[in-house]
Amino acid sequence: MEYLKAFLVGGVICALVQILMDNTKLMPGRIMVLLVVTGSILGAIGIYQPFADWAGAGATVPLLGFGNTLWKGVSKSMGEDGFLGIFKGGFTASAVGISGALIFGYLGSILFKPKMKS
Amino acid sequence: MEINKKAYEAYVKQVTPVHKKWPGIIKAFLVGGIICTLGQYITTLFMNTGLEKEAASAWTTLVLIAATVILTGLNIYPKITKFGGAGALVPITGFANSVVAPAVEFKAEGQVFGIGCKIFTIAGPVILYGILSSWILGVIAYVLKAFQML
Repeated sequence: MEYLKAFLVGGVICALVQILMDNTKLMPGRIMVLLVVTGSILGAIGIYQPFADWAGAGATVPLLGFGNTLWKGVSKSMGEDGFLGIFKGGFTASAVGISGALIFGYLGSILFKPKMKS
Repeated sequence: MEINKKAYEAYVKQVTPVHKKWPGIIKAFLVGGIICTLGQYITTLFMNTGLEKEAASAWTTLVLIAATVILTGLNIYPKITKFGGAGALVPITGFANSVVAPAVEFKAEGQVFGIGCKIFTIAGPVILYGILSSWILGVIAYVLKAFQML
């Protein structure tokens, strides 16, 4: 059941973004920025976390979930450290994703040779 | 000028090939759905080892990123993107691809200005606006909380 939910929710989010791309010609970079910002807004107004609890990876794997993670970090640190926490929480919560992408990305760039585009 | 612009736009619209949109949307649905299902499978595996949900999601993110780096290096992920469109772009794997692909492509330009700069081509804007928007939301929440206390 949780696999079906992940498949359907993840699929619907991607299909909606595809429709957005077809109608606006937005480039991938802009789409990703838009998704992360939207995710953090949906997190802040209290929608995304209940949705992610229900949909599992269908909501956490898309970049919207990355935005929600950023907001969760800010919110949590703010509770612990007050105003300073607003500067701290985003990076703390997204550290694994960002470090992972940069470190594996670097190793990949050393390991692999550029390919001709087919 | 204005009339020319409009005429030109109409001309561009006329000569631009019209793609059927439904196949693309269905492909995005399938590819995105499969990647998320895979994510759920990996999360369940980690949770079965006794990890909490948060830690299991973090591990899932790492596994998906590592897998994408390898698939990008082997020139397989670009094919998935070509087929799946937004389905390959929206998940965290699309982000990982956008980090490693320019780093590999521009490695000839050196460690600093090649890999070092280009690795942030997409990651830079995503991190900047992600951090900025969550900071703004944090400030708003902070102010709202302060007023409730008064």
